[in-house]
Amino acid sequence: MISIDSKHLFSSVLLAGALAFGAAHAYTLEEFTFDDPARTDEFRDLIGELRCLVCQNESLAGSQAGVAQDLRKEVYRMMQEGQSRQEVVDFLVARYGDFVLYEPPIKPSTYILWFGPFILVGVGGFLLFRTLQRKKAEPEEDLSEADRARLQQLLAKTGDHQD
Amino acid sequence: MNKSASRALIPLGIFLVLAALLFYGLRLDPRKVPSPLVDKPAPSFALQSLKDPSQTLTKDILLGKVSLVNVWASWCPSCRQEHGELMRIARENDVQVIGFNWKDTRPEALQMLRQYGDPYSTTLFDPDNQAGIDWGVYGAPETFVVDGEGIIRHKRIGPIDRAVWESEILPVVEQYRAK
Repeated sequence: MISIDSKHLFSSVLLAGALAFGAAHAYTLEEFTFDDPARTDEFRDLIGELRCLVCQNESLAGSQAGVAQDLRKEVYRMMQEGQSRQEVVDFLVARYGDFVLYEPPIKPSTYILWFGPFILVGVGGFLLFRTLQRKKAEPEEDLSEADRARLQQLLAKTGDHQD
Repeated sequence: MNKSASRALIPLGIFLVLAALLFYGLRLDPRKVPSPLVDKPAPSFALQSLKDPSQTLTKDILLGKVSLVNVWASWCPSCRQEHGELMRIARENDVQVIGFNWKDTRPEALQMLRQYGDPYSTTLFDPDNQAGIDWGVYGAPETFVVDGEGIIRHKRIGPIDRAVWESEILPVVEQYRAK
């Protein structure tokens, strides 16, 4: 009897935990729904692309920081008013700067960020190409006719063996 | 130096440049995000006064004088840390120090001012982050320097101490006070 009771207790604790977790999880998502399911998707997409400034490795979607919650609500309010994605992004950038965007805009101060890697790959590729070219251009000369013939012979022999 | 020896130094040169850049990067604080509001008019607001709920404060309180707008909250340890310095600044300088109480409760905020003193000529009360979002506030403490025409001239993120006041904030205050 006692063992059944403790089993019971254990499973109800588990159940309570699962319920509490499920409820807490559902709360953040269900709090923000739109009549149009496409808008709901757009909202979730958007808050996933915006950075929480307090905890910079989290998006607005994932962060539980107070400021992130306020901004989620603000984004939700604006989208419910029918504002477009771009209007919401502009609103936030005007206040918090480009840092709220995980993907920084292309402008002179971010050119090095966007194009730097391609330039590096380009320079690296060019150097590699040039080095290979030079290696090829280096003459394999200085073999006399006799040596060359011997070399061919040796190569042919090795080939035979391997076959 | 012959050609191949100097070419051998190229990787070393690249390494040194990279190392210098990375060392510079170590000194930067990624939490200090530059504000796009600097050199723009301060966002307008209509907030209750912390001390007198019947009084609504607007951007007009910023006009005519250089102000420090200090974002603080009673739950914020760094705000307590800078509180003494704000008291000194308000006492010894010709600058209007305005409090911007953010995401706080009125009793707790008032309690903090009773306990540690009140450096603010006026304190705005923004418990729900209404004006805070417009000002791009994302933490406390933050301090804005606003000139007499209501234009934001500087934003300090993090607490103010004597050194920060003298090297970073006072020069801005003096520059715009002269006008």
